[in-house]
Amino acid sequence: MNSDYLYGFLGGCLIGGGSLLALIVTGKIPGVSGVFGRLLKPKENEIHWRLIFLFGLITGAGLLFALSEQASIYRLPDGRSWFVYAMAGLVVGFGTRLGGGCTSGHGVCGMGMGARDSMLATAVFMAAGIVTVTVFRFLTS
Amino acid sequence: MKNGILTFIAGAFFGAGLALSGMTDPLKVTAFLDVFGFWDPTLAFVMGGALLVFTTGYFLLRGTLELPANPGEKISSNLVLGAILFGIGWGLGGFCPGPAIANFGALRSESFVFVPAMALGMILVQRIYRIDG
Repeated sequence: MNSDYLYGFLGGCLIGGGSLLALIVTGKIPGVSGVFGRLLKPKENEIHWRLIFLFGLITGAGLLFALSEQASIYRLPDGRSWFVYAMAGLVVGFGTRLGGGCTSGHGVCGMGMGARDSMLATAVFMAAGIVTVTVFRFLTS
Repeated sequence: MKNGILTFIAGAFFGAGLALSGMTDPLKVTAFLDVFGFWDPTLAFVMGGALLVFTTGYFLLRGTLELPANPGEKISSNLVLGAILFGIGWGLGGFCPGPAIANFGALRSESFVFVPAMALGMILVQRIYRIDG
């Protein structure tokens, strides 16, 4: 089996385990768009755990980047300018907060807890992503 | 204090998982979405692993610990529109919020463009739709 798939599965287990632990400790659903987005309009008693979780996320990724050759460092896809990245960021921010979640909030936590709207959201954003990549390929090839 | 440490560990697991799985590399993500091109199914293994651990743990522990109930809500047009927009941005950049933030750990300058733009998008939607929590 392709070792990328194995590391993907193991990494996924860590993501699921981290999400579960955060859910148990905080009693909140730790989808990253929500954890981050709600910091932008914070409630006094909820600032700390959100900052700590995100700080942990950056630290954990940084450790893996430093220690493991398997950790995938960012590579900029071809044909994508900084402007495309800024637009992508804007739309991702807008869409995840409007739709109530991202890959972790809907795709892992929501679906994992049996939420039907999360299943629909995940199917929709995956389909939209596939269409976008396909169209982008046609336009740039 | 104890909860803070556990929350940090939870975040670190999450970030380490993103890096180990390759999801911090936007090329791996767009390759998953490139179903009609050079498809790379790695992301499906990542979601499979995450769902396996999270779902098993959630339903096993739900009886003994006080965990949030199924967060599902009625399906709204905002949910669908938001998911469409998110999918477009995800396909364009190969970044969803977790990996974008995790890439600060690699000190790559690209995150410094994407994440502030993402924050701006979130502030806009929170203003326009008055989303509170």
